[in-house]
Amino acid sequence: MRPLTEDETKIFFEKLSKYIGDNIKLLLDRPDGNFCFRLQKDRIFYVREDIMKKATCVDPKHLLSIGTCFGKFTKTKRIRLHITALDYLAPYAKFKVWLKPNAEQQFLYGHHVMKAGLGRITENTSQYQGVVVYNMNDLPLGFGVAAKSTELCRQCDPMSIVVFHQADIGEYIRSEEMLI
Amino acid sequence: MADLVESILREEAEKESKYKTIFVEKDADVEIDEGNLLACDPNPIDVKLFKSNKDDFINNLARDNTQLLFNQLWMLPVERVDNTVLAKLPKAKTLIPREKRLPKPRPETKWEKFAKAKGIHKKKGKDKMAWDEQHKEFRPRYGYNRANDDTKDWLIEMKSNAADDEDPFEKRITERKERRAKNELQRLRNIARSQYGGKVPGVGLTPVEKPNKDQLGRALVLAKKSTASLGKFTERLPKEKNTVKGKKRKFEPCVGDMKKEKDKQLRILKTLSHAVPINVAKAASHFMSQEPDERYVFYTKF
Repeated sequence: MRPLTEDETKIFFEKLSKYIGDNIKLLLDRPDGNFCFRLQKDRIFYVREDIMKKATCVDPKHLLSIGTCFGKFTKTKRIRLHITALDYLAPYAKFKVWLKPNAEQQFLYGHHVMKAGLGRITENTSQYQGVVVYNMNDLPLGFGVAAKSTELCRQCDPMSIVVFHQADIGEYIRSEEMLI
Repeated sequence: MADLVESILREEAEKESKYKTIFVEKDADVEIDEGNLLACDPNPIDVKLFKSNKDDFINNLARDNTQLLFNQLWMLPVERVDNTVLAKLPKAKTLIPREKRLPKPRPETKWEKFAKAKGIHKKKGKDKMAWDEQHKEFRPRYGYNRANDDTKDWLIEMKSNAADDEDPFEKRITERKERRAKNELQRLRNIARSQYGGKVPGVGLTPVEKPNKDQLGRALVLAKKSTASLGKFTERLPKEKNTVKGKKRKFEPCVGDMKKEKDKQLRILKTLSHAVPINVAKAASHFMSQEPDERYVFYTKF
């Protein structure tokens, strides 16, 4: 377990800022305690300071998880965000997409979002912008990347993809063993 | 008799309407550049006339201006070659921009750059030919059959400290070849420098006749490193220093100064937000969404 290096921090923040913009500041500067990012087996964990200190007692070989897993570094040193990060992405998300009730299941099974299933979308969403996906009751379901800007969404046909799927809460059941 | 006159007059009138007059009157003179066969008409267009019949208007205007251009051409000196009338066009008055962009200046060599920085000016260039004292004639300064060629000397005085087996004739030739090779290498490096943005990898160690201590040391380090495992398992002498050093990864301590860590991350975040370029599409869509007076609509509904 170790803190992120400067390069790693940069890559990580760049990825994170696609979803929550400069709200990352709120994750770092919290009034309710000191929180930090720690790297363990290529995975990034967001953890409270005192828990992190206690975890140093555990042999790193055997330490599976601490705090919240945000994502992992791929072998090519890119970041892949995990669904577990949704708890922190959803409250701070800058761009959101709401799904119609009948499209929820499709998304939770790991499919992209079609225009037909799109309930609402934040104005001024540009193409390839990271978005958090909600259902109509404002329950966060996952996140993805906007395949089309809001302007294009208005014109495209109902079967074209609007949001590329990246992670959804169905993964908690579908790929339990790969979660952390 | 009256019929005849009438018919002649009618014919004349018809002829006149068929062939227009070569005299064209304009309010402002048409600027004519015979060299380019170009005529520019500064007269304003009569909009009413133009709108009433566009095609006729343009045809007439073009004819009139062409007529003026040809009138001017007929004023030029004319000669006849094989039943063809040729006019000699004067020099063009209108400046036409060049088709291709200006050629880029030749990239500076390393020496030229250095000389510029140091303010070294080239002396007055040497002549191509030089006087050869021996042959009593002018010969090329460099190259084949050159003047004062020191490799062609039939007698060379040996230096007192020269080695016994040294061949001074051979030595001059090899020295010359080496100079030429060095020059060629520098020429290629200059080309590489101009193409790869100023950075050229070094040539490493070059063989020298009598290497000094420093050169020997570098050669030793290089030789040790030149294994498949980059010298990790090369044996060392008992008191020899480890010269094969790898870069050691260094990480911040896991439990260290938390405030420092946070400040560092906030600083990185700040540089990131500075680095974000303006997203043109985003800005345009933002602008477009402002145009209708629906400023309170934050979401697009479907």
